[in-house]
Amino acid sequence: MNKLFWLKGLLLVGFTLYFTFATPQEVHAMHIMEGFLPVGWAITWWVLFLPFFILGLRSLRRVIQENPEVKLLVALVGAFSFVLSALKIPSVTGSSSHPTGTGLGAIVFGPWVMTVLGSMVLLFQALLLAHGGLTTLGANAFSMAVVGPAVAYGVYRLMMRISDKQGFAVFLAAALANLTTYVVTSLQLALAFPAEAGGVLASFVKFASIFAITQVPLAISEGLLTVLVLNLIQSYNQKELRLLHFGKKGTK
Amino acid sequence: MEKQRRMWTNLVLVISVVLLAVIPLILIQDSEFAGADGQAEEAIQEIAPTYEPWFESLIELPGGETETLFFSVQAAIGAGVIGYAIGFYRGRVKGRGEKKT
Repeated sequence: MNKLFWLKGLLLVGFTLYFTFATPQEVHAMHIMEGFLPVGWAITWWVLFLPFFILGLRSLRRVIQENPEVKLLVALVGAFSFVLSALKIPSVTGSSSHPTGTGLGAIVFGPWVMTVLGSMVLLFQALLLAHGGLTTLGANAFSMAVVGPAVAYGVYRLMMRISDKQGFAVFLAAALANLTTYVVTSLQLALAFPAEAGGVLASFVKFASIFAITQVPLAISEGLLTVLVLNLIQSYNQKELRLLHFGKKGTK
Repeated sequence: MEKQRRMWTNLVLVISVVLLAVIPLILIQDSEFAGADGQAEEAIQEIAPTYEPWFESLIELPGGETETLFFSVQAAIGAGVIGYAIGFYRGRVKGRGEKKT
């Protein structure tokens, strides 16, 4: 009951604020396109991304070695990110963007497993869809597959510690992961393209203010969908979740 | 009871997501909801007019239709895996229940 109440209340407040302040404006919040980061920055983000990817590979191997049964669950959370990344959803700014779907896996498996799965989604899109790019993959993966999941995991843990409203914790974790992903994207663009007047900060404000607004309803959608899928998993799959010590604390 | 409540929660969730996508479509009439990354390029060109992309996509898709196809394929594969996994888990729970009784 409480869970529903929270969600409804939050939705109402969100909508009201949103439709009051959002003004139609055309820009796109998606991954950084191929070639659109200067060489130095492209390499920098690759270098920053790789350690997390290696961490992710080890984390993934450990999870599967300890409990081979969870392989299908790994596939499921990967597929979730795969689907959501393909859905370009219209937003109030008059443009479309897509959710990232990395929150679910981060909540269930911890953040770094999602680093591997998220990067694979990005690689697929860069290679086959000309969406994002190989040179910008490091930067895009850093925002979507490193920072996003880390935020999701952190928020979820924190929320579960201070309350036992799991649904709300999941919602908030996934939604904030989505938003942060694009805040990082804005930052990456701002660092690479500082404005002549005002420098990095001015650029960041420019990119972020646009990105954030487009992304708000998508972040909400992503939060809701993550709660939905986790509900389904929990209905039918207590066994694997218990193996992962998921919801050890205060969950129903 | 618990099961029914969950079902309602899930239904509300799905409807909310659909509304979130549909409301902008209704409210904003004069937009194409372009998903192209073209306008992000514009924002960059505005700040750094001299910047030239130094690397091209390996694949140039012939057009919007093909892109749509690939995105659909991506969504379909993902949805298939999710459906399979949840169906598998559900069947397992049911199978176990039947053995018991």
